Amino acid sequence: MPESYTELYFPVLVQAICAMALAAGLLTVSFLLGNRVRNRVKDMPYESGIVPTGDARQRFSVKFYLVGMLFILFDIEAIFLYPWVVVYRELKMFAFVEMLIFVVLILSGYFYIWKKGALDWSGADAASRKR
Amino acid sequence: MPASFTSAADLIRLLPEIILTVMGTFLMVLDPILHKRSSRAFGHLSILALAGGIGGSVYAYAHAGPAFGGMLMVDGFATFFRVLVMVVGILTVLPSYRFLNRQDAETSEYHALLLFSIAGQCLMAAANELIIVFIGLEISSIASYVLAGYLRDDKRANEASLKYFLLGSFATAFFLYGVALIYGSTGSVNLIAVRAAISGQNAPEPVFLGLAAALMFVGLGFKVSAAPFQIWAPDVYQGAPTPVAAFLSAGPKAAAFAVFLRIFMTAFEPIGGGWEPLVWISALLSMTIGNFAALLQSNVKRMLAYSSIAHAGYVLVALTARSETGTAAAMFYLAAYALMNIGAFAVVSHLSGRGERYQNIDDLAGLGQKQPLTAAMLAIFLLSLIGVPLTGGFFGKFYIFKAALDSHLYWLAVLGLLNSAVAAYYYLRILVMMYMHEPGEAVEAVEPLSLGLRAALILPAMGTLFLGIFPAWVLDFAGKSAALVK
Amino acid sequence: MTEVPISWFLTLSAVLFVLGVAGFLFRRNIITVFMSIELMLNAVNLTFITFSYQLKRVNGHLFAFFVMVVAAAEAAVGLAIILTIFKNRGTLNIDDVDSMKN
Repeated sequence: MPESYTELYFPVLVQAICAMALAAGLLTVSFLLGNRVRNRVKDMPYESGIVPTGDARQRFSVKFYLVGMLFILFDIEAIFLYPWVVVYRELKMFAFVEMLIFVVLILSGYFYIWKKGALDWSGADAASRKR
Repeated sequence: MPASFTSAADLIRLLPEIILTVMGTFLMVLDPILHKRSSRAFGHLSILALAGGIGGSVYAYAHAGPAFGGMLMVDGFATFFRVLVMVVGILTVLPSYRFLNRQDAETSEYHALLLFSIAGQCLMAAANELIIVFIGLEISSIASYVLAGYLRDDKRANEASLKYFLLGSFATAFFLYGVALIYGSTGSVNLIAVRAAISGQNAPEPVFLGLAAALMFVGLGFKVSAAPFQIWAPDVYQGAPTPVAAFLSAGPKAAAFAVFLRIFMTAFEPIGGGWEPLVWISALLSMTIGNFAALLQSNVKRMLAYSSIAHAGYVLVALTARSETGTAAAMFYLAAYALMNIGAFAVVSHLSGRGERYQNIDDLAGLGQKQPLTAAMLAIFLLSLIGVPLTGGFFGKFYIFKAALDSHLYWLAVLGLLNSAVAAYYYLRILVMMYMHEPGEAVEAVEPLSLGLRAALILPAMGTLFLGIFPAWVLDFAGKSAALVK
Repeated sequence: MTEVPISWFLTLSAVLFVLGVAGFLFRRNIITVFMSIELMLNAVNLTFITFSYQLKRVNGHLFAFFVMVVAAAEAAVGLAIILTIFKNRGTLNIDDVDSMKN
């Protein structure tokens, strides 16, 4: 029923248009009617809030990137579990052994980065381990 | 759906990769446990694994056949390249002992990465499905990106690593897009099925196929550093640690050519008339650009990089021939090239000193007086690179140009021969420098040959001479294996 | 409503791939260049999924999985390399990373 498919979603479209029109209208009205004051207090990021200190663009510790990169790896490796789960019942023992090998390989990688101190946020003894 | 998914035969046919991966993982885990103790043992272990891998691939050849539902094909061709890349691996480890010691960088990670890279190359050699080719290619490449930047405080190594990484991944994306188009137009990524689909009744759109073949050619062209995709090679070989540069110029290149030959001679053989002109041009460009640029270099590693581009061109000439003799010639040439090139790099590694200071051609001055053995070995490699009779390089070139003439590629053969004559000049320049000049600063500072380096020089030299005196032994095997490609 | 034709997906992935190539060739920031490569790989993934849908075969999906995993490994290695470059040179402009010539 392709025609009714369109009809089904027509209200959603109407609502989306209404929402956008309302938002645009409010912004326009406040732009036209509101008076503008510019001073130092007004231009602060959080008016009447806590006074910000320092530059927002700080450099993060390199540890942050390291953990980020490792996260990408281990996160994506888990993708193979999805197709595995789908066929697990059919393949029985074979699937189990396959996944066991896979997990052992992943774990040896995990063991490596752990022992290398890559997961150590404080960085206290990581420096002594490097190369 | 078959009852059992993996048989013992499948695992036997995957034996070399299994051995290398297990030992690589073991070495990787060993590093944080041991903290740089018994560092020589790491090298011994990786040589052991590589020797085991060679044994394993010979054993796998005794049980030759397809494995894992046709994803792998263990035949003479695969075995040839598997053994070749593992020999390259051993010849990389041997000079690495001294090199790593000198740079204060002896870790087991180096060896683990090397073994992973070689495992990927073995997989490429045996792959019979485009996705397996892709996976092998990436295992090999990702490990070698890291290897190129192994000395992480060295600016040049960083730069080499970055360039290798960026251009390598760029090339992989092209290759992969080609694979996707092949999958879409033929419904399969198995090389034999693709071939059947192409030559079958309702062949897919030629435009689609041509595009796919061209994209894959670009991807593989980058990997074998064929012109016009060669720009990365000089910087990477110059900046990478010398044993790694030796490895990169031989191992991944041989594996990429194995894939090149298998894909283009199996799957794309029916549309050979279409891709032949492309390869023709690339072969000529590679030879010419490589040789003429090498003439101008003063850095030995950079010169060898340009010469390796030129040698890729010679192998492409064999591919252009599109015949069994051409394939066999390419296989023979790659074996001879790997031995002589890795040997030449080993000499550079020996001479370069701490921090790789001495890399210029002038630094070789007087080597003949100071260390006659090293000089003699380098002379053998250079003569073989020129293609002088009694060396492997001579028969390699001979078979390639013979294959080209058999396929009526007269112009390409003539231009190739002229190119070889140009190449002789820059190799001879090094010989003159070694024997006709007084020893300079670099040669005076050179250390005596260590056992590992001695082996790393003598073994490939013996191999080069063996290929030059008894070429038939290897060529027969290559010829038989080349027939299996079809 | 009619189905979206297959060719649209293929065109989209081709456009994405070409954008990636263009980004690789013309951008000067290393991170942007690297992102262009990822864009190319994802364009290929879209192609795989589209063909898999068209051919009614599931293996195209699996290829996309493999490509994603490889791309992640590549990203980790690539970012590590870029980090060492930045540490040693303090720049991410690709033209400044060109010290080797004769």
